[in-house]
Amino acid sequence: MRPAGKGPLESLYFHYPHFDAPTAAEVAERGAHAPVAIVGAGPVGMTAALTLARYGVRSILLDRKDTFNDGSRATCVSRSSMQILQQIGAVAPFVRHALGWRFGRSYFRDHQIYRLEMPHSDHEKYLPMYNLQQQYIEQYLWEAVAACDLIDARWQSEVTGIAPAKDGVSLSIASPSGAYDLGCDYVLAADGARSAVRSMLGLRLQGDNYEGRYVIADVQMKHDFPTERRAFFEPAGNPGGTVLMHKQPNDIWRIDYQLREGESEAEAIEEANIRSRVGAILDGIDHEGPWELEWWSIYNANTLCLDEYKHGRVFFIGDSAHIVPIFGVRGLNNGLADAHNIGWKLGLVLGGEADARLLDSYSPERRGATLDVFENASKSTRFMTPPTRGWKLVREAALSLAISHEFPRGLANPRQMQPYTYATSPLTVTVGEAAFAAGPVAGSAAPNVRLSDDTYLLDAARGGFVGVMFCDGPLGEAEHDLLASLRARDERFASVVIEECSGAATRIYGAIPGTFYLLRPDLHIAGRWRRFDAKQVIAALGAGLGDTP
Amino acid sequence: MSTLPFDQFETAYEHLAKAIDDAGPDKERLFLAKLALALAHQLASVEQFDAAVAMALDDLPGDARPGHSAAVIGVP
Repeated sequence: MRPAGKGPLESLYFHYPHFDAPTAAEVAERGAHAPVAIVGAGPVGMTAALTLARYGVRSILLDRKDTFNDGSRATCVSRSSMQILQQIGAVAPFVRHALGWRFGRSYFRDHQIYRLEMPHSDHEKYLPMYNLQQQYIEQYLWEAVAACDLIDARWQSEVTGIAPAKDGVSLSIASPSGAYDLGCDYVLAADGARSAVRSMLGLRLQGDNYEGRYVIADVQMKHDFPTERRAFFEPAGNPGGTVLMHKQPNDIWRIDYQLREGESEAEAIEEANIRSRVGAILDGIDHEGPWELEWWSIYNANTLCLDEYKHGRVFFIGDSAHIVPIFGVRGLNNGLADAHNIGWKLGLVLGGEADARLLDSYSPERRGATLDVFENASKSTRFMTPPTRGWKLVREAALSLAISHEFPRGLANPRQMQPYTYATSPLTVTVGEAAFAAGPVAGSAAPNVRLSDDTYLLDAARGGFVGVMFCDGPLGEAEHDLLASLRARDERFASVVIEECSGAATRIYGAIPGTFYLLRPDLHIAGRWRRFDAKQVIAALGAGLGDTP
Repeated sequence: MSTLPFDQFETAYEHLAKAIDDAGPDKERLFLAKLALALAHQLASVEQFDAAVAMALDDLPGDARPGHSAAVIGVP
């Protein structure tokens, strides 16, 4: 919502583009079939389309709207998402415009009680987190989509029907230029929390609703504070509620404040009430200059998801599959991980390089990630919005103790998003685990390393699997044979040979000469061997391509 | 004195929240006092108990005793 007198998309700083629907002639010319139809051109749908394009797979990208989503919304982009954006060739404008950060502060009344410090080192290419309003996230992804010949984007094109067809799916589309049918081999439903595809298939999200309601508001102001996450418990400016504050580009500050118990939602979102609450919160942080109200919305904390993310040839990605509380910035970031996960798998399957069984791993891997998110999010949500008298009282006690004592301060940790470890996935090979005392475990996201030539380890990825070989001196015949076999099986296979076994990569990966790590296309570790066994490594690559064990 | 590892402390926090709800609003004061005595009984010395009492008395709302940290919001 925007202030009275402003149009619905009349922003202080952002121009919302208008996208026409394709004309009837354009629809006829572009054809009525694609290997993949993606429903929803938000960040998740666009990331899926760009991932597929990387494997040469064409897609039709449908959205019922005529512009981007309005407002800062998701705003926090994690390091793991930056890695995905790099892989799909879209990261440059994010690095240029987004505000990176790694610190945060939590306050109880006027006492600072917690200092958040997210892990970081010189070996990381990206900071742990970046703030960027969602409409810019969509704009930058859209620039990459618009430049890609393999993506047929159709705005103002609403899916009104979905039905199974022979070896595929049939979609009914309604648009200003008329109604028509589309055929595709697979559908990716990226149509958000109120997914029409989900409703049309008669599927329901299951889980919990939390009591806490938050208003989220963007204000423009000159305010001198570093890019950090600030959380205020019981601040003078919003008694009885929690406040979160994030700096965004363009002098836009994002303020999330909790409504008090019994406060009416309808009244809370009236402009006069937004202004008085935001004004009181800004007084509380000693902001003295002018500020302008840009946009606001309201939000409820939920942990809801589908029981299964794959339904025949339809895959649910992002908010259509799961809704998570905002605390910990997991909504967008897990949605992008969903899009990338199904994107590379479908890319390899449709390219004839992997067996269709590979697609069966999408739902357990990404639903596992959702359940892990729920576990963390439930803890942070109970702290941010205590649901009952018992939770309220223990939180007040913990915050009061935290003023002068260290031991309860960790309870205020927002548990920011970390990539999920696919420990039990059929693609994860654990046979070599026992030999390691250190280094990242099979299934986890591979850590980055700055190499001696100032490139980064993960930059080697070309869309296929990646082999990281540790040796002492030049490669022997057995090493060459292994790399050749892997290359023969995966045309995008890339290898990194670490020859200096005294360096950082060796330490970070817990390696010795002869150690081999096999990374999946999404840079999670498929398997690792302290001293490689060529047969096992080749079998692990096969498992990652959907071979039956 | 050994202390509880953080993850177990957090579990205790969660169990306490649920136990307060189980006791109900009418009986929560009695429950909390009983809990304090039950914990006191498990300690090795009264000095440990007195230290915990002092900790819990610190920073009660409206407490203006000197010697407590007072970070000012808005200053990095």
